[in-house]
Amino acid sequence: MSEVSRRRMFGLAGAGVALAGAGAAGAGIDRALGSHPAAATTDIVPFSGEHQAGIVTPAQEHLHFAALDVTTKDRAELVSLLKTWTDAARKMTRGQDVGATGAIGGSPAAPPADTGEALELPPSALTLTIGFGPSLFDDRFGLAASRPAALAELPAFPKDKLEPARSGGDLCIQACANDPQVAVHAVRNLVRLGFGTTEVRWSQLGFGRSSSTSTTQSTPRNLFGFKDGTNNLKAEDPAALDEHVWVTEADGQPWLAGGSYLVARRIRMHIETWDRTSLDEQEKVVGRAKGTGAALGQTAEFDPVDLHIGGAGGEPLVPVDAHIRLASAESMGGAKILRRGYNFVDGSDGLGHLEAGLFFICFNRDPRKQFIPMQKALSAKDSMMEYIQHTGSALFAVPPGVSETGYWGDTLFEG
Amino acid sequence: MTLPKRLFALAGSAALLTLAACAGGQDSGAPGAAGPVTVAATDTTCEVSTATANAGNVTFEVTNKGTKVTEFYLYAEGDRIMGEVENIAPGLTRKLTVEVAEAGTYQTACKPGMAGDGIRGAFTVTGGATKQADANTELAAATSGYASYVATQTAALQTETQKFADAVKSGNVADAKARYATTRVYYERIEPVAEKFGDLDPAIDVREADLEEGQQFTGFHRLEKDLWANGLQADSAQVADKLVADVNDLVGKTKTIELSPLDLANGAKELLDEVATGKITGEEETFSHTDLWDFQANVDGSKGAVQALRPVLQARDPQLVSTIDGQFANVQKLLDATRAGDGFKYYTELSQDQVKEFASAVDALSEPLSKVAEVVAK
Repeated sequence: MSEVSRRRMFGLAGAGVALAGAGAAGAGIDRALGSHPAAATTDIVPFSGEHQAGIVTPAQEHLHFAALDVTTKDRAELVSLLKTWTDAARKMTRGQDVGATGAIGGSPAAPPADTGEALELPPSALTLTIGFGPSLFDDRFGLAASRPAALAELPAFPKDKLEPARSGGDLCIQACANDPQVAVHAVRNLVRLGFGTTEVRWSQLGFGRSSSTSTTQSTPRNLFGFKDGTNNLKAEDPAALDEHVWVTEADGQPWLAGGSYLVARRIRMHIETWDRTSLDEQEKVVGRAKGTGAALGQTAEFDPVDLHIGGAGGEPLVPVDAHIRLASAESMGGAKILRRGYNFVDGSDGLGHLEAGLFFICFNRDPRKQFIPMQKALSAKDSMMEYIQHTGSALFAVPPGVSETGYWGDTLFEG
Repeated sequence: MTLPKRLFALAGSAALLTLAACAGGQDSGAPGAAGPVTVAATDTTCEVSTATANAGNVTFEVTNKGTKVTEFYLYAEGDRIMGEVENIAPGLTRKLTVEVAEAGTYQTACKPGMAGDGIRGAFTVTGGATKQADANTELAAATSGYASYVATQTAALQTETQKFADAVKSGNVADAKARYATTRVYYERIEPVAEKFGDLDPAIDVREADLEEGQQFTGFHRLEKDLWANGLQADSAQVADKLVADVNDLVGKTKTIELSPLDLANGAKELLDEVATGKITGEEETFSHTDLWDFQANVDGSKGAVQALRPVLQARDPQLVSTIDGQFANVQKLLDATRAGDGFKYYTELSQDQVKEFASAVDALSEPLSKVAEVVAK
């Protein structure tokens, strides 16, 4: 059997469904049969480009994030894996199986090349984004001289309770998709291809994007029930992205031009104590109204935040220790970050409490000027710290996008 | 020790692989055979519509007309499982297609209540497709090479088990403890072969945690518990005698077993699966914590099977051979680092980091090992 296209299979299976839904029949059939490429692309995020997909791509609904350590000391082996991964990612983001023979096309005597749990599932806007941790730039692969100054281990922040088994890593893979199984499938297959060269250090599942990265998206709510990401950087503002997200050649390491820095923080939320907190207190902690999402003192979600409105007794309406005040660009000397976090619930903690929170991911051009000062201010002063705890932490340099014929990290390894 | 379900999966996949390897096999639908062999199973009977079939694919259609859940088996000589279908609820009909390449006398069995030896019947297969091993002298050499490896291991197993049992029976706990892990080595090296004999493997090697309701706790791990946790019991000597008898029975049966090259390939992988699921977690040797002896033995056994196939693999996929060699060496290096005296550290002495290192190395070895069967089947 030749290469099996997962998407083609879906197309055939989906036709009946589309016909049944008379209302959208026209577009539905075209899309299901794959005869209308323009419509089909809404489900496929292009893999190649100037920047990696999965950064300003409108945030998908689900996440599977994995941090890996490289177990080989052979640079050629690592490069070979990155090439294999890139090939696999090209296929999976198009909704195809991994490997020459896919999930069911190979020898019955062999384990299938693709694990198969995404058969019949559409591409689901899958994006795969890779990053390189500070530890990759030690003496193993001759990369020490290419290590950007901004790629230093994050400092210790007050109140951190970091678990080593949820922190760090030589590499990371961020898989985002509108179907959780598609995201899990992608990471699982890349991990499998990496056996013998890489090993998983930790991983995290996320559901319910907790920020919007496009003006076309509504603002979601986090597990505290508040709209999150209202003031996030958006894909539609390329000037702001150039200023705050994309690394340039002038920033130090030419290989990283067009790339960015990814900060991952696993933030455990003390859900039960939050739920016993009065609405008034909750809104003061966040600095926004729970219903509309408007900043305190404003009426609509996107009304500009004014940190200077005084309330009764001269106290500012947005309290001095409110989350949005401390994280605001105004307080941070103009610094902004692009957030791309997800809610997580990892069951319960054995004490009857939800093991839940926010898996915070942000992209920024220089963590020394953006994420680090912001987190220092928050962990020291933010009243929300009473309800949250940072349990995992990692930083990765995210290389630029891949050309049609290139591979992840080629500017670093070939440069 | 694996659960019975895994055992059947092993037998099932081996049959499937043979099927794929011999694409020219005859079908029971060929002239002379009229459709599937029907089996009417009740709680006390097992009526098979015909007792003969041509070699090739034989399909059974089993209808459960009884009141208990049942299962159906086709056994080759020595109760080697050729194929089985389990969990047939009352009123249900299930199909089972078995590839029977060789002429000979087989046995059908219904097992109402899914327990015991079942209701047996003779089943004769005539004609006979060419066995894969005969088609290629290299592969034939591989299987005969591995057969002599198995023979060496079982001979040692027999001798050592007797000594271990004698130590238990004489109440010499220190001697028995010293012999426990080193005796098991011979068993762990040939575990995939041992697992081909239905109830013998659980009798010899069941773990307490895996016992099913009504199943007796016998064999190595029962004595392990006596020696390390409870002290010798009134029936420890009996258990030791039964272990010797079961091992002797097993050794006898291995002498007649015929393994295909695919059995070797899958066995090599399955030994590593054993390590990944049982030894790395410290579950196998709950009381003695001698998991690393088993780990080493599983690796040895896996290597033994791969070595037997080596000329074939080298000719067909030299890259795979060098990958496997490298990963075997890596696992061995980690094992060597945990050596203590003539043996190894106890599982409880390993750090979490060491356990993770082992897990990672086993994953890295198992991936390429899982590709051996395909290369052999080419």
